[in-house]
Amino acid sequence: MSKDHDESARAPFVSRAGFNLGARLALPVLPGMIAFGLAVGATAARKGLTFLDNLFMNLFVYAGMSQIVAMEAWPERFGVVALASLALLCITVNARMLLMSASLQPWLGALPAWQIYPGLHILTDPSWLISMSYRARGGSDAGVFFGASAIAALAWMSAITIGYLAGALIADPRRYGIDLVMPIFFAAMLVPLWRGGRRSIAWLIAGVVALIVQQFIGGWWFMVIGALAGAVAGGFLDEP
Amino acid sequence: MSLDGFGVPSAILVMALATYSMRAGGFWLMALMPRSPRLQRMIEALPGSVVTAAVLPLIVREGPVAALAIAVAGAVMLATRKDLLAVLAGMAVAAIARAAGL
Repeated sequence: MSKDHDESARAPFVSRAGFNLGARLALPVLPGMIAFGLAVGATAARKGLTFLDNLFMNLFVYAGMSQIVAMEAWPERFGVVALASLALLCITVNARMLLMSASLQPWLGALPAWQIYPGLHILTDPSWLISMSYRARGGSDAGVFFGASAIAALAWMSAITIGYLAGALIADPRRYGIDLVMPIFFAAMLVPLWRGGRRSIAWLIAGVVALIVQQFIGGWWFMVIGALAGAVAGGFLDEP
Repeated sequence: MSLDGFGVPSAILVMALATYSMRAGGFWLMALMPRSPRLQRMIEALPGSVVTAAVLPLIVREGPVAALAIAVAGAVMLATRKDLLAVLAGMAVAAIARAAGL
């Protein structure tokens, strides 16, 4: 994309209409978030966390994938080593958020810190994708980011609470294809982001690097390393 | 299982700090970077790259059901541009394929 486009993009503002639009754009992903939240709440109950532990973990950590992985390896005693490995685990599983929040900066960087820094706490994969896709269509209303993120957080907090209370009653999510709903939504989001040939080379590089990292390094690094490789490739391949 | 009095709260605190440092850290670091057209292109390539880097390994891990569901969702999205419809179609295909024992 040319530099003119860059400069013509207007300064960010937050409007109620943008907030509502963001919330509406997030609707298709809510069933997936709710299903995932139910599973996280049920896992917390199964692992012996109290109702408040579950509530606070979701309020303050608010990153379902890393919480599930952490709770599956939940220590019995919380010494320095156990705490350090929990921190490291959250950093690896959530390292992609470093890239995601970095990519919001050129757009949302002009917002006052008291708005954006608390707002970043509710940044999630779907609300980020929705916001970036809206931005790629030329939008600049930061309310879209806040609206999509807020409704996702609301759905999540309800789901983890119900999941905790219902516990074992939660049916096997695989049966209804619910475990695949997030990747399905992500893949559907690729369609409107498609800008033709050269851009797709970067995506392909991201996917291949992620596969290689998953195969040879394992763990959770594949997502962030693959995404970073794709972004770098996009920066260098797509010379005007 | 009995947990130490402060064990779980300190675990939650540590996990929260680590996660928020990712969520805010990228944003904060990016403010220090000099703007350039190349950086702008990197940012534009990022959403698609995150999706393929997350989804492709998952397809390989989960096998044909995931591949089929995602392909159907992509096709529905391409045809209708309705993401809710695409997601529902993908889930339906996954559920049917699994019920059929795939």
